Amino acid sequence: MKPASRGIIPDPIARQPWDMLIPLLLLVSFGAAVLYSAGGGAMQPFASSHLIRFAVCLVMAGIISALPRELVRALTYPAYIAVLLLLMAVEAIGQVGGGSQRWLDLGVIVLQPSELMKPTIAVTLALFFSTLPPGMITSWRALALPGLLIGLPMVFVLLQPDLGTALAIGFGGVIVMLLAGVPLRWFIAGGVAGAVAAPLVFFFALKEYQQRRVLTLFDPEADALGAGYHIIQSKIAIGSGGMFGKGFNNGTQSHLNYLPEPHTDFVFATMAEEWGLAGGLAVIILFALILRWGWGVAQASHDRFASLLAGGMVATIFFYVAVNLMMVMGLAPVVGIPLPFMSHGGSSMLTNMICIGALMMVNRWNREAPRRGLAS
Amino acid sequence: MSAWWPFQRSRHAAGGPHISATILRDRFSRRAMVIGGVQGGLGVLLAARMGYLAIAENEKYQLQSESNRVNLSLIPPRRGWILDRNGAPLASNRADFRVDVIPERLENPDATIALIGSLLGLEAARIADIKADVAEARRFQPVEVASGLTYEQYAALSVRLPDLSGVVPQRGFSRFYPTGPTVGHLVGYVGPASPEEYEQDRNPLLITPGYKIGKDGVEKQFEKTLRGIPGARRVEVTASGRIVRDLENRDDVQGQPVRLTIDGPLQDYAARRIGLESGSVVVMDCRSGDLLCMASMPSFDPNSFSDGIGSVEYAMLRDDERVPLRNKVLKGLYPPGSTVKPMVSMALLERGIDPEETVFCGGGLQVGNRRFGCWNRRGHGATNMAKAIYQSCDVYFYAMSQRVGMDPIAAMARRCGMGQEFPLPVVSQFFGTVPDPKWKMDKFGREWQAFDTVNATIGQGYMLANPLQLAVMAARLATGRHVMPRLTLDTKPTGFDTIDFPSDQVTYVRKAMSDVVNGPGTAGRARLPIPNVQLAGKTGTAQVVSLSISNGKSGPWKYRDHGLFIFFAPYDNPIYAGAVVIEHGGGSGAAYPIARDVTTFLFDPGKGLDALAALEKQWGGTAQQRLAARYAAYAAERGADAPRPPQRERDIFEQVEAEARRAATRSQGLATDAVTPRPEANPSATPPPEPVPGTAPAASAPGSAATPATPALPAATASGTPVP
Repeated sequence: MKPASRGIIPDPIARQPWDMLIPLLLLVSFGAAVLYSAGGGAMQPFASSHLIRFAVCLVMAGIISALPRELVRALTYPAYIAVLLLLMAVEAIGQVGGGSQRWLDLGVIVLQPSELMKPTIAVTLALFFSTLPPGMITSWRALALPGLLIGLPMVFVLLQPDLGTALAIGFGGVIVMLLAGVPLRWFIAGGVAGAVAAPLVFFFALKEYQQRRVLTLFDPEADALGAGYHIIQSKIAIGSGGMFGKGFNNGTQSHLNYLPEPHTDFVFATMAEEWGLAGGLAVIILFALILRWGWGVAQASHDRFASLLAGGMVATIFFYVAVNLMMVMGLAPVVGIPLPFMSHGGSSMLTNMICIGALMMVNRWNREAPRRGLAS
Repeated sequence: MSAWWPFQRSRHAAGGPHISATILRDRFSRRAMVIGGVQGGLGVLLAARMGYLAIAENEKYQLQSESNRVNLSLIPPRRGWILDRNGAPLASNRADFRVDVIPERLENPDATIALIGSLLGLEAARIADIKADVAEARRFQPVEVASGLTYEQYAALSVRLPDLSGVVPQRGFSRFYPTGPTVGHLVGYVGPASPEEYEQDRNPLLITPGYKIGKDGVEKQFEKTLRGIPGARRVEVTASGRIVRDLENRDDVQGQPVRLTIDGPLQDYAARRIGLESGSVVVMDCRSGDLLCMASMPSFDPNSFSDGIGSVEYAMLRDDERVPLRNKVLKGLYPPGSTVKPMVSMALLERGIDPEETVFCGGGLQVGNRRFGCWNRRGHGATNMAKAIYQSCDVYFYAMSQRVGMDPIAAMARRCGMGQEFPLPVVSQFFGTVPDPKWKMDKFGREWQAFDTVNATIGQGYMLANPLQLAVMAARLATGRHVMPRLTLDTKPTGFDTIDFPSDQVTYVRKAMSDVVNGPGTAGRARLPIPNVQLAGKTGTAQVVSLSISNGKSGPWKYRDHGLFIFFAPYDNPIYAGAVVIEHGGGSGAAYPIARDVTTFLFDPGKGLDALAALEKQWGGTAQQRLAARYAAYAAERGADAPRPPQRERDIFEQVEAEARRAATRSQGLATDAVTPRPEANPSATPPPEPVPGTAPAASAPGSAATPATPALPAATASGTPVP
């Protein structure tokens, strides 16, 4: 909690959550610098649009943070249904158009409903559990209904097919369930079932290119020019950076196009090549600061809905960061998940800033009614 | 519940109804802490992983990053030149633009090759060849698409490079043979290394696009000298292979030149003078043994062979019964015919036969119950050695050889170079046969017969020699020294300290051979149109099939007699010696005019060229022009269904060599009985119309008038004829 006033700094500024905003601004600026380099040493085409998107999304996060609690609660289920319908619409259009599709072209903006679903699922489950009587947390209803809420959008996203996003939705939902106090035995049972199902899924559900990506994880060199190429080149970029990197704008892996997607999925590798381990640790620490602030917000709230919501948002951001970093370091398959706040890309910026906005909103609720009711 | 284990369910919580909001709140805090802790742990793990990559494995990845970034390409060394004795190039290099493809880097070979073909405007047959080459080549082996491109073509291709992975256009040097086919067999040609050659010598240079090694002739023999040291170019490249900038260059070191004893203009002249015939001309400097000319025609054009042997080209050369792929100087074996007579004379002189002793020639010689005919059925009358040489009297040699026997003659033949292999830097040479009683017994298990000696003294039967050996024989007869031929200027002339024949014998034979041309001999038309220089020589007409198949002058080309001529000039102080062999030329009349013109060229190039110009007008251009015209006609006629040449050049030459051996043994089929000598060119006759064989010298008349002494074939019974 910030003190109400810091003397010369005006109160509306002083009460902003600067312990999150400063790392965030640093991260975005650092991202812009990396994108400047990835763009061949120019603001165009990546860095400038990255900063503009961030500015727009920051305004949006500010608006979200101003939303009153009752309004959010009232809009949660309709929003879930709306996003689910959008997902179905994408699938339907894809079927008609004869090809898989992930986005809806609304004329003004290109909307990717699967991205919207990530924060939406967290809010929806937070609301569901906050309205569930505490005694029912061990009943099957505490499992079945949320399972359905998570499962439906996952199925549609998998049909797109977009394994990465489906897993992100699932992960966010499961973390909210875990935080809500669903008995641990369900998760253990689920984990065992997953371990059994994984081989089946691998052999029967995954597309061939997805299987190859998983396999190359274990032996990237086996297919150095094919599926393993991304992982090898990314590791070369990170490894060759050394302690302090090759210097700003001096990355050869990215500048000579050896690194695939140097401005989106592999932006961390681009950064690490030029800034070395020092830059990498800085990025990890900045993310840690932001996520720690998020957990702080969640813990500080005594409103069950708000704290579950905040926990879900932190989990969603974390999923992005963790999977992306594991992917670029060769610890996870290449699933096409960008690094929040650094990768160039509108959808991921939007999703993550929605999460940040929601956390700022909870933070404001906490400040305005720190002792608000223990029950809903 | 224990405080340190946050996930532990309290005993009463398991029941269900007792769970309260407070419990859930506690559960949230604990689980949030644990999840946060796991996340933090993962963060540490990621930081550790990154530290491992960036520090522990830094060196490895830095190396890989460098090898990504930096592309080391070898610059093929410029090949050393092949020079003639005066320093003029027989093979040089020409700067050009070329394009190769590397099969393993092609994404869509057929489409890419089709696109290159349309960009460069290649013929359909060539495109089909390239596709087949790419399909058959080892994955890493570059395949030449085209060379000698214009700058516009090169530029058109270069701008499309980003779409054309595996296509390598470059500036480079290609081999250039200024005189084309006339040096084909001598110099050989170059081509990309075959997989076998790369297996043997794992030199990355061998699979560098644009690099070629010698495949035949001097190019192959002096490969190490000519190769040079490759340069290197380090460039920074993008992932798609586009060169960003040069980092460092090391220039190539051109290979050493090879200086041959060949006289370039003479080689070209002689090859062109052969004209439409199939044959060879060898000229030596008999003061040093230098081979001045080793022309073998028809030939292939090494310029186009070096660009890859095309299907159409190969099929055209294979189809030609004049075997353009065979080096006739070294791998053409022919019965030497009467050209052996001066050599036999030397053997007789050595055995103490008085050259002035005469033998009466009445058109044949009775030995026991057999009569061996002279080519001149009317007989030469009283014949001494000189007359026997210049009139090519067979009876004189039949009679004298019966007296001395075969062994001294065979020894002399070997001393003169027949049956010998010379220490020359050539890929291979056939050494022919000098038969003697022991050889025949070893080979066929049969006794030597009188007719065998008869055959040998007139250079028929089993006796076989190549044109190089005949030229060496001419040089040794002319000088009396054991002249050894040499092909490169950096070797020492050898053999001059060995005296083969005493000078009085040499003088005698020289005079007799001069009379062949300048006196009442068989080659009166060979007189040089140059004052004070007299050519000496000996004609030979070698029969290849029995008289029952062909008269040797007309009919199918392959049954006609070979025409041979050995010569030296000036006759009294020999400088040049040589041999001309025209395959199936219909007799020596096809050979000696060529020797005359070649010698004329040696002493007066202007006069020689005038004579050639007139002839080439009739023939339809120089050898190179005629080859190009034939190619065009052949390609138009059957370009589409031309079979593919063997992938390995070695197969081509093994096949050619096998055929050459088979061809050489054909005339030995006659050796089962006495060979009826063919009429020699008429000393005073009008010249036979050049170059058309078939309208033979007037001397064919006696041959048909007189009944041959014995049927040549079949000879199973005749071979048993007792010799007294």
